Amino acid sequence: MDLNTVLQILDSAVRLMTPLLLACLAGLYSERAGVFDIGLEGKMLMAAFSAATVAALTGNVWLGAVAGLLGALMLSAVHGVASITFRGNQLISGVSINFLASGLTVLLGQKIFGLGGRTPSLTPGAELEAQVTPFRAWLSGITGPDGAAALTATPRFGEITLPFADALRGVPVIGPLYAEVISGHSILVYVAFLMVPLTWWVLYRTRFGLRLRAVGENPASVDTAGVSVTRLRFAAVAIAGLLCGLAGAYLATGLSAGFVKEMTAGRGFIALAALIFAKWRPWGALGATFLFGLLEAVANRYPNLDLGVITVPSMFMNALPYILTVIILAGFVGRAIPPRAGGEPYVKER
Amino acid sequence: MAAETQTRGRPETAAPAAIELRGISKAFGPVQANRDIHLRVERGTIHGIIGENGAGKSTLMSILYGFYKPDAGEILVGGRPLTITDSQTAIRAGIGMVFQHFKLVPNFTVLENVILGVEEGRLLRPSLSKARGVLKRLAQDYELHVDPDAVVENLSVGHQQRVEILKALYRRADILILDEPTGVLTPAEADHLFRILEGLRAEGKTIILITHKLREIMEITDTVSVMRRGEMVASVRTADTSPEQLAELMVGRKVLLNVQKAPARPGKPVLEIRDLRMVDASGVERLRGIGLDIRAGEILGIAGVSGNGQTQLLEILGGYPEKGSTVSGEVRVNGAPLPLTGAGCNAAERRRKGVGHIPEDRQAEGLIMDFSAWENVAFGYHDAPEYGRGPLMDRDAIRRDAEGKIRRFDVRPPDCDLAARNFSGGNQQKIVVAREIERNPDLLLIGQPTRGVDIGAIEFIHKRIVELRDAGKAILLVSVELDEIMSLSDRIAVMFDGRIMGERLPGQTTTGELGLLMAGVDADATPPPKIFPEKCE
Repeated sequence: MDLNTVLQILDSAVRLMTPLLLACLAGLYSERAGVFDIGLEGKMLMAAFSAATVAALTGNVWLGAVAGLLGALMLSAVHGVASITFRGNQLISGVSINFLASGLTVLLGQKIFGLGGRTPSLTPGAELEAQVTPFRAWLSGITGPDGAAALTATPRFGEITLPFADALRGVPVIGPLYAEVISGHSILVYVAFLMVPLTWWVLYRTRFGLRLRAVGENPASVDTAGVSVTRLRFAAVAIAGLLCGLAGAYLATGLSAGFVKEMTAGRGFIALAALIFAKWRPWGALGATFLFGLLEAVANRYPNLDLGVITVPSMFMNALPYILTVIILAGFVGRAIPPRAGGEPYVKER
Repeated sequence: MAAETQTRGRPETAAPAAIELRGISKAFGPVQANRDIHLRVERGTIHGIIGENGAGKSTLMSILYGFYKPDAGEILVGGRPLTITDSQTAIRAGIGMVFQHFKLVPNFTVLENVILGVEEGRLLRPSLSKARGVLKRLAQDYELHVDPDAVVENLSVGHQQRVEILKALYRRADILILDEPTGVLTPAEADHLFRILEGLRAEGKTIILITHKLREIMEITDTVSVMRRGEMVASVRTADTSPEQLAELMVGRKVLLNVQKAPARPGKPVLEIRDLRMVDASGVERLRGIGLDIRAGEILGIAGVSGNGQTQLLEILGGYPEKGSTVSGEVRVNGAPLPLTGAGCNAAERRRKGVGHIPEDRQAEGLIMDFSAWENVAFGYHDAPEYGRGPLMDRDAIRRDAEGKIRRFDVRPPDCDLAARNFSGGNQQKIVVAREIERNPDLLLIGQPTRGVDIGAIEFIHKRIVELRDAGKAILLVSVELDEIMSLSDRIAVMFDGRIMGERLPGQTTTGELGLLMAGVDADATPPPKIFPEKCE
């Protein structure tokens, strides 16, 4: 295995871990506030669908991203009302959100595009052009044809080349690493990585973070201090929705080009496993999701891993992330203590 | 402060009271937790509120701290009327509360717990360094030493309580309410707490101490109010009262219920307890060498203010001592020793040995509230051969049996399928009593048989207990209702602080004498009037 292969795998790992990282941080905010969120999967799926749909109809990925955020936020609101306001069972609410998203995306997709539940491919072509034309025509009434063409020409997130990427390429090891692995991703990848230190700072250095952590451990302590448990938990659930929205938008308009049925493929659950692995800590989330991303990248790269004696079948490689999840959840990686008030609706005691 | 006008027709005191309650009432559904409460606490004093469990003390204080809205009445803080809608209002009015169950975040440091909710700004750093300084000063002023960087879950209970007090003081509380503060403390920790409270009083703080322990009231308070069944029955200066008077006020004198019963004809000993000791999980000694005998065909009543070890005694005899506690001593039933620890020590084993149990807290221990009456009638005896067919439950048999019991014990409504939760307190209790008595146990343990039960059901339950005695069974009756003890028991043992203070015969004693024993004073050892030891330890 030469350096180039390693770099390619790492590059792929960074792309694949991004939605996991965003979803994992989403879960972190929610669960740290004491609201279990098994609906990460559904929210991501809804966000991916809304983002791809709006991007396909407008040809503008930013409008798509906003739609993705709104789509996930809407399901977050459902989760919040069910499990905070009405003190329902958080797991049941999450599961129903997953089912709702799974069914609703396909139904709406078929209704809007008639392509069997998927959205048109976001790569430039006749299929996309047909969808964008009405919006572009309407927009040119406001901005003029040139403006409209410019605004509807980016249905996907492009790759950003970081400064000096080409200049440093000649430097051994570091140069290619910078140019291949770190540079050349879409903006959402960088947003996701910046969310890690930001989340750490919010949790441990701000008043909001202190109260958020407190409400997940002992909501009565927050309540008796005269701070609203309900508002804090809603804030956390909303943040979780926004992060899931980013994750979904990245899946459909960054990593792939368009939405297909069930495209999250269990990433929401892998993110939950990563959250446990990370022991509900931001830097841990980075490490855990990198591990899962790496496994997926390796599996993609070597569908049939030839070990000389035997050939590991591709099914095994594809199953590896899930096998790892089982091992992690079985507790082989030390004790992970969840937030103490997690899963419990807060009821004032007499 | 020129506050003459604010005292409103209360000429006896010039300065406004720290706290004044006027006609506070609060009901939870049909339960009247507080009824027309009037209370006045002067600034710079320690005021005790004493009463049995469920007398409404905690509800009253929760109203003061904005947890509940009173149905009626007025609260005055420092002479000014104040509507306390939430905890924030109470905190701003200078009221601090130390709950019985601490409201701390276990994995936070002391500092983080102290600033939670009163941070200076959006960032934590300035708040933390300010709190560090304030805590240092408070530690020096009031002996409130706690390491500010310690994680709360690693602290002892006594230190956790100090954190709660620090929290209140950091919020500039002038009025500090402590709800059962010594329940979880060792005697040394309790003494330290009292020194802290005295220091706070010296600084002009007002303290309200809620407790059911007479010793604490006598030791530290300036004035004391007694609550019973949601009402404030007396407010007096501590110096003008005595523990026995308070004990009597707490348990009250209801209309004496007449129980028709023939003299007991005691037979062979059924229960023998020798030197029973118990230290609970937090290291507090709850039972300090109990010795008791009960014979067949007699009722032994255990009187005492609650919290003096009765609960622990019942739990040990019932086969489920508190987790993490250490139990030693000897207990025999029908001559055979009962295992007090290990695998043989469980409720099912006790039932097989003929020990029935009507637990003190029927809703938590006696019933499963969401299950139907017929299921509840079978609980604890669900392994009985007549209830099963091989590995399966014989539902018809259980229902037939339950219907019979419900009819014989006049449970209303006589509906087998109704969930236990939907019966009234008295009828819930009848279900438990029916289940235990009809099994015809050799020894029946009964805890608070008529707590929260209406008069009609009380009479009925008493009659059944006496019938069981007349059938030659031994009965251990624990009750905080002195009248119940006096009218049902054939012998009375008084418990205080984990010990049996003495045994009396109901015909040859008075409530006054029992009250004295309940307060920890042995009339035979000390001349009765006016001499109360400084400390009972």
